[in-house]
Amino acid sequence: MSKANEIAINLKQNLLSKIEANIKANADNEGAYLSDMRKKAMEEFDRLGFPTIKLESWRKTNLKTFLERDYNIEAINEPLNAKEADTTLMCESNKYDTDLYTQFNGQWMKGAEGVTTYENGTIVCPMSIAIIAFSELIETHLGKYATDSDNALTALNTADFSEGYFVYVPDNVEHNRSLQMVNLIDSKDGIFANMRNLVIVGKNSKLRMLHCDDSVSNNTSFINNITEISIADGAKLDFYKLQNKDNESAVISSTFVKQGANSNFASNTIILNGGLVKNDTKVILNGRGANADVIGLYLMDGHQFVDNHVHITHAVSNCTSKQLFKGIVDEFARSVFNGHTLVAKDAQQTIAYQNNNNIQLTKTSKIDTNPFLEIYADDVKCSHGATVGQLDTAALFYIKQRGICERNAKMLLMLAFVGEVIDKIELPNLRASMAELVGKRLKGELSSCDQCSITCADPDKPIQFEIDMSKV
Amino acid sequence: MLEIKNLHVSVEGKEILSGLDLTVNAGEVHAIMGPNGTGKSTLASVIAGNDAYEVTSGEIIYQGKNLLDLSIEDRAREGFFLGFQYPVEIPGVSMTNFMRTAIDEIREYRGQKPLTAGEFLKYMKEKKELVEMHAKLNNRSVNQGFSGGEKKKNEIFQMAMLEPTLSFLDETDSGLDIDALRIVAKGVTALKSDKNATVVITHYQRLLDYIVPDFVHVMYDGKIVKTGDRSLALELEEKGYDWIKEELEAKK
Repeated sequence: MSKANEIAINLKQNLLSKIEANIKANADNEGAYLSDMRKKAMEEFDRLGFPTIKLESWRKTNLKTFLERDYNIEAINEPLNAKEADTTLMCESNKYDTDLYTQFNGQWMKGAEGVTTYENGTIVCPMSIAIIAFSELIETHLGKYATDSDNALTALNTADFSEGYFVYVPDNVEHNRSLQMVNLIDSKDGIFANMRNLVIVGKNSKLRMLHCDDSVSNNTSFINNITEISIADGAKLDFYKLQNKDNESAVISSTFVKQGANSNFASNTIILNGGLVKNDTKVILNGRGANADVIGLYLMDGHQFVDNHVHITHAVSNCTSKQLFKGIVDEFARSVFNGHTLVAKDAQQTIAYQNNNNIQLTKTSKIDTNPFLEIYADDVKCSHGATVGQLDTAALFYIKQRGICERNAKMLLMLAFVGEVIDKIELPNLRASMAELVGKRLKGELSSCDQCSITCADPDKPIQFEIDMSKV
Repeated sequence: MLEIKNLHVSVEGKEILSGLDLTVNAGEVHAIMGPNGTGKSTLASVIAGNDAYEVTSGEIIYQGKNLLDLSIEDRAREGFFLGFQYPVEIPGVSMTNFMRTAIDEIREYRGQKPLTAGEFLKYMKEKKELVEMHAKLNNRSVNQGFSGGEKKKNEIFQMAMLEPTLSFLDETDSGLDIDALRIVAKGVTALKSDKNATVVITHYQRLLDYIVPDFVHVMYDGKIVKTGDRSLALELEEKGYDWIKEELEAKK
């Protein structure tokens, strides 16, 4: 057995031992519901093991090289060292005008470590607190949406998670502050962590969230995070996801959504960077008149890898959905898109649209795209499409003839290509800054700090901070 | 200003220009006419630097520089402008952003200070008025959804913005109704000075009622076979090209 292989096998065993010990230790705190769920999930993970490319849904996504590394599975439970916690960050302003909740190497930063209750009844708090303080809500929702039992990483997450965010908006509340949830990794410890988030949006309520997966130093990490989302009848959730991970990071970020009647889910995922990024978004439209827009954008280069998997189930009639992912893939990078729209037998009057467009900048990059419709109803309007192309040479010639250099000519065309996705961001500050970030990314000028939610004075300085929420 | 000597150009081994000579001086307006497929548009593309064409021999000297050594964008920055026969639609790139980028780069190349946003917008407004471009451009993508006439007017607008020294207008009159033609011609005339030169490639004499040329050239079989003044254009309009072909045959 090779050394690398041995590391991967040990990783699984260590995880199983840790989970078993934790379940025992936490049995009193967590309640029977959660303990049972974890036990089942642990057995499931033990049986399945880490996914391999032999499985259909992992055929193009090989975790092997990322699993054969030395990880510290306890790292996120170790308190931050005093030096880091004492350093106050020079933070001028929050450029997206959001309420910021930051998890730094798995630990909640000051201001976000407790329960935040807004006047309108909205609650934001760490998952570790929610499972005790809001056990009824947890029991009603947790594990009810992330139900792909054949997925070993879902099982692992359920069995092992200790932290994440919990957001609850009661019925009939238009929450006017956007919530920004940052998961920032900057550690030499080789963090391996499962994080679990839960978002509950009550009837006729509205919420806007920005979920950020960040890392700032080229250190190995493996983050498997799951966000379960319940959107009740007539509610609306805008869910922006921004990912800027370094090249040594793997992030598996799965989002499971269940929607009630006339509800709306708008998801926009922007992937600027990352060693291995896999985003699964699974939506069930479970009430008439529900709509889901799942769109995104990825810009990969070097040896980066991204996989976007979108699965939308039209379980009932009169729902609409849209999938649009656009990508620019450069150098040796690889991208995978799997779009799956499932229209159940009685889901008549469904309107579903699915599209994936790619620009392949080099012959050495690789793009896989697989738009897929599975329809059991007979009165539906569904379309799907995919393109892989190069930049338009006639347009390049035209632009250069006006005195614009090759680099900027390409930039104009690439920005135009991704514009369709950026223009759909409804948070003006975020839209403007996304346009700028994408521009910088394409020009190769993006440092991981640019995108960080914390605007510190010196971008080269390692991030060490404590957030004072009163200043935000 | 421009001196083309014995220019030979091929595409995929097929010779399209075969020994073309042309001299253009500052302050002049030239018209190049000729039947379809004789290489008029090829000439314009080659001067612009389109790498679909291979220059097999000959030279193009522009303001003392060997133009063939320069990149497409440097030719433009040196003051060469091509008005496209078929302007390209570029969805998602706004006219403002497009022109701003072009002007910034050209000014930097020439060692000029960049324009501020205010100065740029004022400049753009002036030029729009000069060429009677009334369409709102600010948020529109380059040529996208423009009518045929608007696209051609937009070429003249860009020419006004970039203030080239030498412009080749490739069939700018084709597909224009008489009003649009008049506006395009007025724009070209308004931009004319004793420091710049314009070469119009056209099929029809009617453009030359509005843009009065100093020289009219006839292209045939990849070279200029006859040069005259404005009256040559009138003669071509009346008699077609057959008599020129006959004249050439007789010389052989």
